[in-house]
Order: sequence, then structure tokens, then C-alpha cells
Amino acid sequence: MTELTLGRGTPDRARLLRLLQDYGVYTGVLVLLLFNFAFTPHFVSAENFRTQAVQVAPVLIVALGMALAIGTEGVDLSVGSVMALATSLLSLYLGYGPWTAALVAVLAGAVVGVANGALIAFVGVQPIVATLALMVAGRGLALVLLPQLKDVHDPDLAALGSGAVLGVPYLALIAALLAVLTAFVVRRTTFGRQALAIGDSRPAARLAGLPVRRVLVLVYVCSGALAAIAGVLATARLAASDPTSLGSLMELSAITAVVVGGTPLSGGRVRVGGTVAGATLIQLLTTTLIKHDLPPSWTQIAQAVVIVLAVYAARERGRR
Amino acid sequence: MLSVTQLSKTFPGVRALSDVDFTARAGEVHALVGENGAGKSTLIKVLTGVYRPDRGEVTYDGAPVRFVTPLQAQQAGISTIYQEVNLVPLMSVARNLFLGREPRGRLGLIDFRRMHREADEALRGLGIRVDVHRPLRELGVGAQQMVALARAVAVDARVVVMDEPTSSLEPREVHTLFEVIRMLRERGVAVVYVSHRMDELYELCDRITVLRDGRVVHTGPLAELDRLRLVAMMLGREIGEVRAEGMTKFSGSHDTDAQQVLTVTGLTIRHRLHDVSLSVRPGEVVGLGGLLGSGRSETAKAIAGALPTDTGRVVVAGVPVRAGSTAAAIRAGISLLPEDRKSEGIMPGLSVRENIALAALPGLSRFGLVDDTRVDRIVETFMKRLRIKAAGAHQKVGELSGGNQQKVLLARWLALHPKVLLLDEPTRGIDVGAKAEVQTLIDELADDGLAVLLISSDTEELIEGSDRVVVLKDGAVVRELTGDAVTEDELMRAIAAVPAGESDD
Repeated sequence: MTELTLGRGTPDRARLLRLLQDYGVYTGVLVLLLFNFAFTPHFVSAENFRTQAVQVAPVLIVALGMALAIGTEGVDLSVGSVMALATSLLSLYLGYGPWTAALVAVLAGAVVGVANGALIAFVGVQPIVATLALMVAGRGLALVLLPQLKDVHDPDLAALGSGAVLGVPYLALIAALLAVLTAFVVRRTTFGRQALAIGDSRPAARLAGLPVRRVLVLVYVCSGALAAIAGVLATARLAASDPTSLGSLMELSAITAVVVGGTPLSGGRVRVGGTVAGATLIQLLTTTLIKHDLPPSWTQIAQAVVIVLAVYAARERGRR
Repeated sequence: MLSVTQLSKTFPGVRALSDVDFTARAGEVHALVGENGAGKSTLIKVLTGVYRPDRGEVTYDGAPVRFVTPLQAQQAGISTIYQEVNLVPLMSVARNLFLGREPRGRLGLIDFRRMHREADEALRGLGIRVDVHRPLRELGVGAQQMVALARAVAVDARVVVMDEPTSSLEPREVHTLFEVIRMLRERGVAVVYVSHRMDELYELCDRITVLRDGRVVHTGPLAELDRLRLVAMMLGREIGEVRAEGMTKFSGSHDTDAQQVLTVTGLTIRHRLHDVSLSVRPGEVVGLGGLLGSGRSETAKAIAGALPTDTGRVVVAGVPVRAGSTAAAIRAGISLLPEDRKSEGIMPGLSVRENIALAALPGLSRFGLVDDTRVDRIVETFMKRLRIKAAGAHQKVGELSGGNQQKVLLARWLALHPKVLLLDEPTRGIDVGAKAEVQTLIDELADDGLAVLLISSDTEELIEGSDRVVVLKDGAVVRELTGDAVTEDELMRAIAAVPAGESDD
């Protein structure tokens, strides 16, 4: 009898853990939704969902780029500063029209990505150090370009920031589109496959003749460009450029979303769906706590608990 | 001085040492030799307190001891010099020399003047001239090793263990090192010397212990042991041993009348390879023979562009290959199955399918988009042809057996239709059945017209699998065995040969 339970207990536990790893983040989102449906007044309203979606969009877009970097066993700490740089450039070049300004901002993000990638792939600096350098430099440059907060008055940008099609905000649409695009790139393109292979084993990738350096640079270019897009969208929503605070601590939120979403920090795997759910989970967690009048410090503690849980699950995966 | 009796150490799944007796005597240089996985490192680590033995006793200075940490062993007077120097690169030479036992002045502060003076004297005493104020990392690897040695001597070590100390030294530095070792011997220090360089062993060592598969196969004075017997013991073969044909799955010879497809001339890498030249014809299997550290893997890696070379040319089918680029070598049709399958070969976290398609991806894509149908077709073909046993194409490669991992790697390269296949230890660490299958495969591939360069520490596999054998020693080609000379005896004779211009003392 005991033997029987023992024999069945172990694989069940392993399976449970695996399920937790694969679907834990989705379950978390579902549980929070159900909790709010039941206990939070005014939660079930189109307006509330729109607000949530608009708030999560920038984090999610940044997290997509972060997931790519983490998938190659790297990390991109410069994303927050890239957002700041993007917002500075956007308001500087607004005179040339909003779309030109946005393009310049995104190009700047890509250039930061090239710098990151070159430091990592060609000079051989560790990703955390290389992107830390660009994080400091990027924020500094943003502040040089635009020393203080400036209102952004542009009808097109305002429409982008607060408009919607069929009730779905543009921001949410763009974020969803980029998520689908990232998933497609990871699954279906040579670049995506090669990036994952590099993340799984760099020496083996090199011996297999993969263009390791080119792929790494491209990964950080993607991350930089995505962060810049997030910066433009955030500016459009706030109708103001604030290089001092925009995107600050964004790198940590993005890493949290990626890790909670089940992408291992050791590289070789990118879970785009999980990243979307991870960003959503953190957003819902914050909302839930705020709506129930708990102080912001509680939010941070709750986030910490979620991160620890996610890392615990990932650790078990690594062992298997 | 330091001895172990009946020592056993088991790691999960591996018996690293079984019933090993080993004695290092004062005033003697004791050579410790054996191929990869013979148990040398484990023995050293037990001696120096890194591992604790499962069974057996360590006796030091006549009394049984049990070192729990390396520090205890060090304090007892056992110093180790590892292959990679383990000192603090950013600290000065003098600080490294006195690390943990700095001379103190009043107030307990480090007396730098005294430290520098003593460091300088200590190094001078060993015939080494370096500025002791400089950070250690500015010194060459050889000089760093000498500092490590000076440190070992300075701490009044009574046993010094050296793990392949000469692997990165210049000839001049080797000379200095030997002087120091002889001096240590005269002082009554017991030296344990690990090396694969036969000439060094005979020049320096008094006694020798040969390990194989975790057991001691020979121990005794080195002078009484002739070179050929030593080589035979290290490789685990008998001289003149008669063996029935067909112990391995190789069929024997291939048709080898075609033009050479791979020509390598004058491959040189400082300290590692000296003027290595060889050529392989389509349909031919050429073996690379030699002991561990003779430059076999380096040769293969250099040909595949994975190791930068100082000089040398690689030509495939008449077209020179750009050196130092794996991508260029692969484009030219050279594929390398690396020795370290786990860290340099497979992508453990990716599926069988991804692993097989990896190198061929650009060819299986249009505008950067992977053509999944074609990938599936290729993966299916190779899984069938190489008889890869997996739960499916989507199983992670890390979960497969060693033999199947090796086949996945082979499939990755065959999908590229290479002209030249470099196989570095293709059957190491895989079970007997899979080994036979891989051997059959190598044969089939050669019959299909592939040029194969085979490296194997399994002498039998090397001899039976190869049509010709190029013998390497200390990074240089010493002989090429062809035709009837492709035998284990000839191979061992070639390795054991005393180099010209040197006396066998």
C-alpha cells in the first residue's frame, strides 16, 4: 500500500511541477482575474480592461526584447534608458512631423542595440556589464537632449496614445502585434532558431558554424528597437516627454515578466506567450492590491513572492 | 612521505579509483601517467584534500591522515600546481608569493618592503628574474607557473604535486622548471609529476605509476621500464598481441586511388602544433594516432577553423580555406565532430530536430524563414538512416544516450553534405552497441566517398578503422603508417621512438 502511493506519488509530483512550470503563469493570471471578478467592485468593465491593457503595453513590448536577449543567455539592462532616449528624441524631432520623430527614436534604439551587441559579440564584454554601460550613457544622453519634462502636443500622437479601434486601444493592439511578430521570429526564422542555439550552447554554436556575432548584435538591435517603440508609445499616452523618470526601473519589470513567464535565464528557450502572461500577471497583481487599498510596498512584496516562485519552478526544471 | 593504500573513490555511475596503492617518497620524482579518465586527477584530488576517499587510507609522514579541505593539506606541507595557474592575477607577484602568510610589521600591517625583498630573493634563488611589484597577470603563463612553483617551494612544502606543468611552457622555461624540480628533489621533497610527454618523464623522473581505468597497472623505477612497454601500458595494449580480425565493426580497407580532397600543410600553433602536414583522399579513413596531449584534437580543430593557427594552409578540393573561421571551413565542406560532445557538440536544451537542422538552416530557409516541411524531411531521413533512437523528433537531445547524441551530431553534419569529416573520439563514452553502430557508419560514409580523419584513444578502433595512420607526438608528425605497417605494434613503436639528437637517459 505504502509502496503504491510512493510509486505514484513521485511522478505525480514531477508532473505537477512540470505543469506548474508550463502553465503556472497562466493559472496565476486566471486566479487573479477570478478573484477580481468576485471581490473587486467595478472590475468587470470595458473601461477597466482598456486601462489595464494600456498600462501593460509598454512593459510587455520591452519584455519581448528582453526575452530575446535572455534567450541568448544575455540580458539587456539599457531598455529603460532607451525609452528615455526615445522620448527625448521624439519631442526634439516633433517639428518634422510625429512619424519622422518616431522613426528617429526607434532608429536611436536600434543604434544603442548595435553598441550593446558590438560590445558583447565583438569585444566580449559580459552582457550585464555592456548593457549597464549603455544604461548609464543612454539616460545621460537623454537628459542632455532634453533636460526636463516637456509637454507633447501633437494630435496624431495623442490619437495613438488614447485612441482605439472597435474599443481596443491602439497601444494594446500594437503590443499584441509585436508579441505575435516576436513569436513568429523565434519559431519560424533562421535568426530565431540560431539565437536559441547560441543561448543553449555558445561553443557548440560556434563550432556548428553559426554566425554567432551577427545574431547576437541583431538580438540587441531588436531589444533596443522594441524598447524605443515602448518609449514612443508611453510618451504618446502621457502626452509628455519626461526623460528623467520614463522607463526607470523598466529593465527590472521586463526581466520580471520574462522570468515569471517561464523563460529560463540560462538561455536556449524563449516563451513569448509566457512573457505576455508574465507581464499581465504583474500588472493584475499591482491593480488588485491597489484596488483593495493596500500600500504600494505590498505590491513590491507580492512581486517578490511571484519572482521567487517562478525561479523555484525554473530551478527544478534545470535539475531534471 | 605520502602514500595511499587500497584507495577507492566512486562517483555516481563511475568507479574513478579502485584499490589504488601509491607512494611518493622523499627525494624522489614520481611520475603519474594514464590516459583520460584513468583516474589521475581523482588521485591527485584525494591526495590534496579536495575529495575524500570512499575507502582506503592516506598516510602522511608515517601517520594516517584525513584531509577534509585543500587548506589542511596545504598547511601540512602538500602543495599542488595545477595546469591552470590558480593565483590572484591582479595582485603583485610578491603578494601572490606570500598570500595568506604575509610578513607583518608592527600594528599587524603588512611589511611590504620585507615582502618584496624576500620575494625577490626567493625567485632569484630559483633562477627567475621578474619584477615582483608587477601584477601577476602581466607575466607570461610560463613565468606565472614559475611563481606558483616558487610559492610551493617557499611554503616549505614537503610534497609538491604538479599536474602537467610544462603544457604551456617554452623550452627554456621547461629547462628552468626541471632545474627547480631537481633542486627540490635534492632538498628531500617528494615530487609527484603528471605528464604525457615521454621524453620529459625519462629525463626527470625516478619512479613511475601507470593508472588505467582507475587501477594501478604498473609501479616501479622508471629506468627499468622501456619506452615501448610504457606506451603499451598507457594505451592498455600488449605488444605483439595477436587478435582475431573483426573485434571492431570496421570492414578494413577502402578504395583510395582518387585525388586528395583535403591537404593540410605546415599547421603550426605556438606550444601546441609544429608543422603538421597531412592529406586525405575521398573514401579514405586516415587515423591520427598519439598519446593524450600530442596535438590530435588541436590538429582537427585547426583544420576546422576552430583554433587560430600561426601558419599553415588547409586546402579542400584544390581551394584554399580561410583560416580561423568555422563558417569558412564548413562552407568549404569540412565538418568536425568535436571531442567534447556535451559542451561543444550538442545543444542539450533543443530538440533532436533543431539539433540536426541547426547547421543546415540557411540552406533550408527562404528569405530567412525556415521551411519546416524540408526540415522535417531531412530530420526524418537522417533519423532513419542513422537509426537514431529517440521518443520523437521533438525530444530534447540532452535526454538521449551518448550514442544517440553522437548520431544526432553526425546527422547535423551529414545534412550539409560535407567533403571531409573530422571525427574526434567519435565513440568515447558511448555504450558497446552504439559504438559498433557508429563504427559501421564511419565505414559506410567512407565507402560513399567521404574523406574521414579519425581520432581515437582506442588503439584498436584507430588501427582497424584507418587506412593510414599519421602519428603525432608533442604536436608534430613523427611517422606515417601505411599499408601493412598499420598495426598497433608499429603505432606504439612510433610513439615510443626516442627523438633524434637526444639521448635516452
